[in-house]
Amino acid sequence: MKQEFPGYYTFWHKLGAYSLKFSAWLVLFFLIMPILVILPLSFNVEPYFTFTPGMVRLDPDAYSLRWYEAIVENDNWMLAIKNSFIVGIFATILATFFGTLAAVGLSSQYMPYKRLIMALLLSPMIVPLIIVAAGMFFFYTKFNLAGTYTGLIIAHAALGIPFVIITVTATLSGFDRSLYFAGLSMGSSPLKTFRDVVVPLIRPGVISGAMFAFVTSFDEVVLVLFLAGPGQRTIPRQMFSGLREQINPTILAVASLLILISILFLLTLEYLRRRSERLRGLEHIN
Amino acid sequence: MTPLTQINAEITTHPAGDLLTSEEVSLARRELRRKKLIALALVIPLLIFLFFTFVAPIGTMLYRSVYNPTVAELIPQTLSSLESWDGQGMPDKAVMSQMAADMKRLANLRKSGKLAESINRYLPGTSSVIKSTARKLRRKDDQKIISQGAEFLLAANDKWSQPEIWQALIKAGKVYTDGYFLTALDLERNDAGDIQQRTSTQIYIKLYAKTLRMALIITFMCLLLGYPLAYYLANAPSKTANMLMILVLLPFWTSLLVRTTAWIAMLQTNGVINSLLTSLHVISSPLEMLYTEFSTIIAMTHILLPFMILPLYSVMKGIDPSLMRAAMSMGAKPPSAFISVYFPNTLPGLSAGALLVFIISVGYYITPALVGGTDGQMISNIIAFHMQQSNNWGLAAALGSLLLVLILTLYWVYDRFVGASNIKLG
Repeated sequence: MKQEFPGYYTFWHKLGAYSLKFSAWLVLFFLIMPILVILPLSFNVEPYFTFTPGMVRLDPDAYSLRWYEAIVENDNWMLAIKNSFIVGIFATILATFFGTLAAVGLSSQYMPYKRLIMALLLSPMIVPLIIVAAGMFFFYTKFNLAGTYTGLIIAHAALGIPFVIITVTATLSGFDRSLYFAGLSMGSSPLKTFRDVVVPLIRPGVISGAMFAFVTSFDEVVLVLFLAGPGQRTIPRQMFSGLREQINPTILAVASLLILISILFLLTLEYLRRRSERLRGLEHIN
Repeated sequence: MTPLTQINAEITTHPAGDLLTSEEVSLARRELRRKKLIALALVIPLLIFLFFTFVAPIGTMLYRSVYNPTVAELIPQTLSSLESWDGQGMPDKAVMSQMAADMKRLANLRKSGKLAESINRYLPGTSSVIKSTARKLRRKDDQKIISQGAEFLLAANDKWSQPEIWQALIKAGKVYTDGYFLTALDLERNDAGDIQQRTSTQIYIKLYAKTLRMALIITFMCLLLGYPLAYYLANAPSKTANMLMILVLLPFWTSLLVRTTAWIAMLQTNGVINSLLTSLHVISSPLEMLYTEFSTIIAMTHILLPFMILPLYSVMKGIDPSLMRAAMSMGAKPPSAFISVYFPNTLPGLSAGALLVFIISVGYYITPALVGGTDGQMISNIIAFHMQQSNNWGLAAALGSLLLVLILTLYWVYDRFVGASNIKLG
């Protein structure tokens, strides 16, 4: 990338601009480096967490898929993958349903105590997980919810709710209310108007909120440590014990698969954001 | 003013208000109330859901920090007969015999270990006394315990002839206690009942201070790394910025455990960084980086950095570049233009990011637990320790309550100055 500088720039200006660029790229490297390290290491034929001389030489024999095969052959990992999806999907459904409903209410200008309720609804994002986990352990044990899927699902739903609220209220804040009234004025019932006019417009916000909720559950380990029985171990829980007990490169293979999922999610989200901006752009033309 | 009071005020003070009949005014009010109720009705299901899944559990934890039923449930009769004792000298023989009977019952239920553990927290060294006495009492005849229980106790162990153990029973038997909070604050009660600094071990205050210090370092590191990057992204052409933003968001979206795993792989004794440095002959023997405070700080900085970059970026995006140009055209050198014009304008994003990073890092558990070793542990880790290993749930709850108060105070500040709903998610 060649940079154009205004004519009045002195040597020091240019040095400043270049050092800024350099440090920015350094930070970007710092951010991305761990991910760049994990992907190739997961193909290591040796059971080490480091690059072997063979890997550096790009010798094909130094690479293998053995750790990926190890995931499939290990019942614990397969159970963990299944559990992660079960808990994640149901927690997402709950969080998205309650969260979207509440976000529509919160976006109404008639909503009383808006600020207080908002702060309360967003607090699961702020309160340290260890506190939530300890409290849930005490409370859910009393109702025999500890060690069950139900317990884990509602716990994860609570954690995902703030994300749904944030994304849906953000979409609604750019929502032109006159579209809703236009629908009403054409003789449509409020419910039908909501379904046919409002829902399609806030859908990107709902979907990205649901994705955040899913990722939150998919990545969560503290609550699982306290609430899940051995039958409900999830992927992060399995990784946690793997990292604590015997470190095994299978974890790197799992980590690489998770990175792949994150990339897919990120691209979907980016697509949704652009779509939402385009839809809103149309409003401004009208 | 909330919209509602505003509208209410409008109805009564509007010039046309005089023209409206009172029925029309009340009609308008009723309509307003209806809209308010509809909005509320949409939020209430979630409030109920969150109450049972989130608020009530945290309330239970707060309650647990003062609620101490174990001993009261184990030896209820002994405790009620101890009420007549004035705390001076020795309690009556009847009380002691009652204790012997309670202990025999517990020994047969295999619960004397629980009693021993609970009393031991109030009087260290009592655990073995109770366990051995309970073992001896197990085979005694019930009738004999009623008549000679006191003698059995005294014969089993000398400690039963000292008032301290009976005072400890009373202390441990209180259903509501401030003892856990005192322990969590490194305080204790002396014999006169006054609160003083604990003379034996002082760990928790130090741990809180260390947690805050580490959180501050992490926040500062995020600021140091995040500011130039956010500045660069905000001033880059939007195509470049969008591309590079993906590099910021990808780690943000990547599982926390994946990133922690990556840091373990890199910092290990035989890890990536050590092998690289050794092969370049920078160092001759590998550095011990993993399982230290350093590894906790660097891994957490990496994990929390996007929380700093996103608000900074969005604020910097909104700063008009002509401000800097104007300052420089007035003769300011770039550094002074930056300090007096640009930097103050970024303060909202800076404080939002810094507060968020600080709040999250104070309560962090996973990363310190995995890469922290012994000296990288934070307050959350000791709470988990008391929950899972030492089984001192009351103390865990008290430490958690103090942490919660700290976090909620910070959250309140955040909500006031930034607004809770302005948390940036990308």
